Parts: sequence; structure tokens; C-alpha cells
Amino acid sequence: MSKAVVDLPPKGGFSFDLCRRNEMLISKGVHPPSFRKTGTTIVGLVFKDGVILGADTRATEGPIVCDKNCEKIHYIAPNIYCCGAGTAADTEAVTDMVSSQLQLHRYHTGRESRVITALTLLKSHLFSYQGYVSAALVLGGVDITGPHLHTIYPHGSTDTLPFATMGSGSLAAMAVFESKFREGLTREEGIELVCEAICSGIFNDLGSGSNVDVCVITKGHKEYLRNHQMPNPRTYVSSKGYTFPKGLTEVLTTKITPLKEKVEVIEGNDAMEE
Amino acid sequence: MNSIDATIAEKGLMSSEMGSERTLYPYVTGTSVIGIKYKDGILMAADMGGSYGSTLRYKSVERLKPIGKHSLIGASGEISDFQEILRYLDELILYDNMWDDGNSLGPKEVHNYLTRVMYNRRNKFNPLWNSLVLGGVKNGQKYLGTVSMIGVHFEDNHIATGFGNHLARPILRKEWHENLSFEDGVKLLEKCMRVLLYRDRSAVNKLQIAKITEEGVTISQPYSLKTFWGFSAFQNPTKGAEGSW
Repeated sequence: MSKAVVDLPPKGGFSFDLCRRNEMLISKGVHPPSFRKTGTTIVGLVFKDGVILGADTRATEGPIVCDKNCEKIHYIAPNIYCCGAGTAADTEAVTDMVSSQLQLHRYHTGRESRVITALTLLKSHLFSYQGYVSAALVLGGVDITGPHLHTIYPHGSTDTLPFATMGSGSLAAMAVFESKFREGLTREEGIELVCEAICSGIFNDLGSGSNVDVCVITKGHKEYLRNHQMPNPRTYVSSKGYTFPKGLTEVLTTKITPLKEKVEVIEGNDAMEE
Repeated sequence: MNSIDATIAEKGLMSSEMGSERTLYPYVTGTSVIGIKYKDGILMAADMGGSYGSTLRYKSVERLKPIGKHSLIGASGEISDFQEILRYLDELILYDNMWDDGNSLGPKEVHNYLTRVMYNRRNKFNPLWNSLVLGGVKNGQKYLGTVSMIGVHFEDNHIATGFGNHLARPILRKEWHENLSFEDGVKLLEKCMRVLLYRDRSAVNKLQIAKITEEGVTISQPYSLKTFWGFSAFQNPTKGAEGSW
């Protein structure tokens, strides 16, 4: 093991050191651990006074629904929110990171954060990780320059759009948007269209489900409508209820083990003298 | 019939050393087909594009064809396989007409025949690379079904193949209802075709709509849809974010 003559300072971005080892492991048949994906429908649209973001609430781990009511609309700044699709840990971590960077920036400049600042921070982080940070985001907010809506892909490319959808249910939601979107929607029309697009994803895509979350951002004001629509209620509830009175279960044997043992303290000076 | 099949099977086994003679991938493909039941019968829509990989090679491919007196077929996927299927169906209808017994094959029968053909080809690992939509009316009964290249078949009130599965089916599930009038049916199909035109890269803006009722088949002349690109965000996408895209 030779020591490097010049110690290079740690650089940002992806370290490809373990890639050869991973390839060798895969060729030997060792499977990498699976991760929790959000297999999602997320949408955003620009309406008359600002931006409306929408998301479903199902988080999947392969074929299993691991969280029936998770939050996919993340806080970035008081006037900027971001929906995330892809690996749940990646979307959470990257949005938290940019959120704290923006807060420090706000303290430094004394001004409200701009959406393109968040966009540039997210885009350059994702690009430097070459798509390995699997986060596909719909970023929306209203700042001093007006309402903005952007999509960010895991490799770091971005689009500026009047309406956007991402995630596995994006085609179902986009079908609704492409047929019904027009400019200058009112708040109620916008919320209804967003809910319709998310419901289209919930009912036509297997990776999306449960409830609809909506976030409305306007100039100087935001409204986070958690579970704005719940189109998948529990339809059967047993009328008798689920009570388990004492004595219902038959006791076969009883064995009692006291957890606290009696400890004898011997007064001795040797051990802990010094 | 049996002896011919046996020799073909032997030849297949023997020639597998020389080289594969099965369809491995499609070459000239058509994109989605959409079909719906409406008040008087069936409405189907398909565009007229034949793509050769990523090139739009043929722009006047008719992918909707009448079959016999009672049926209408639409196909997406490999165009040459569709032409072969049309030959099989032509032979089927011809033999049926030769019986001259006053009876004629309805859409249900044609659908069943196609299912058997597709499934048997798939079992021989030599599929006809198509997704077919079969619709028709016989004796007042409307029928709309689909067969895929692996033999999956079912019938429903609205059918979509290819990209239409993802983009058109959500719209159809929401907005289809019994007893659509002809105008409403065409409007619904055009809505779906417009979304496909925006979002499917192999779609062309030249489509035909076919209608089949008890009276017969009408396939419209090719026409284009109006599209809207006038969003203010498209005029100046980097406003407020110069240097980005």
C-alpha cells in the first residue's frame, strides 16, 4: 500500500471507485439492495395568479405499497415548493439540501429566494452525480419576477413549462393536461384540473394511488392542501367493531421471570480507588 | 393440411442450425389505433404513418380496413405482418362467401379467428408483430375487441393500442359513455388523437376515422387536426432565467 505523494483535496461529484467492485459482485450473482421508489404521479401548472402543484401519496417498494399516505410535495422556501418522483431518499435529501442552502442565501442577501436559484442549485447537483441521484422533480414557485414552473430530470436537464407532469403516471396525467389546459385559469379551475390529472394517474397507473395533495402558491401567499381529495376510502368497516375482551384467549401455561435481579453491593475500596 | 404443417415443422427444426427464421423485431411500424362503441356502431381512428425505425418513411399507410360485410380491422405494429393478416382474412371471407348460404362471418367470428392465428404464431416463436383492433355490428349487436401479438385478447367498450394504452385510455375511461352520438364520438376520438400527436414521437398529423354500422363501413378521407402552440411560456422560455433552457 503506497501512500500518494500529493494528497488531493476531496472534490464534489460522484466517486466511481466502487463501480468495478459492484460489477464484479453482480457478475457473481449478488443482487444490490433494492430501494424505496415513489412510482408516482406529480404535476404542476401555471394559472392566472401563480402556480399549482399536485401529487399522489403512494410510495412503493417494488410491488408492495410501503407508505399509503406519504408527502411528495417538499418545502424549498416560503414561496417555492417542489414535487419529487423517483427514489424517495434522493428526492428528500436533495430538496432538504437545497432548502437549507437557500435559507443561508436569504440571510446573506436579505431578499426573497428566486425559483431559478433553486433550479440552478438542483440542476448542478444532479448533473455532477451523473444521474445516479434518481430524483425527477417538478419545481414551482412565485417570486419577484413572477410565477415559474420547471421540471428537472435525474441527469440534470431542465424545462420551463406552462404545465408539467413527471413520474410513472405522467402519461395518464399529461393526457388530461393536453386535452384540458388553457392559459389564464382561475384558482378553482386550476385546482380542479390538477386534481383531475392526479386522479387520472391514481386510477390508471399502478405505481400511483391513495390521495391527492395540492399546493397553491401565489404572490406572497401559499396554501398546502394536504389530502385535498381522498378518492380511495376504506369501503368496508366491520359493523361489529374489533374488540378483544379479556378472557377471549385461552391461557395454556404461565411462566413469570423477574427482570430486575437482586444485586448485592459489597463495600470494597480496591477497584475504583484511583 | 396436417402433412404440410409437419414438413414445415421439420424444416423449422432442421434449419435452426443455419439461422433463425423467426421475427425478431419489427421494421416498418404503425403507431396507435383507438376504437370506441357509439350509438349506431363502432368508430375507429388511426393515423397514416409508417415509421422505419426513427424515420417517418411512409405517410399514406391505410391502417383501417373493412373485412367482409360486418367488420372493420385496425392494426398497429409491423405493416408487412398486417398485410399478411389481410391476405388471411381475405381468404377466410372468400371461403365463407363460396358457401353461399346466406350466412356471413360477423366480428365475433373474425376476432376469434385472429386470436387463434396470433396465438399459434406466438407459440411457434414467430409472431405476427401486430396489435389488432377488430370492430363490427351484426344483427344489431355491436362488438369491439383486440388481439395482441402474443395472443392476449379481450373485448371492451373502448380499445387503444400502442401508446394509446397510456395516453388515450385514461381519457376514454373518464369520458366514454353509452349511446354517444356520432359527432360526440368523433370529438372524443379526435381529443385522444390530438394528445397522441403531441406526445407520441411516431405519430403523424394525418388521420382517418372509420365508422361501421349495420348499413356498412365508411372510412373517411385523410385529414389533419388543429394543434395549439401559442402558450406564452413557449414564446420566451428563458424569460427571467437567461442562460438556462
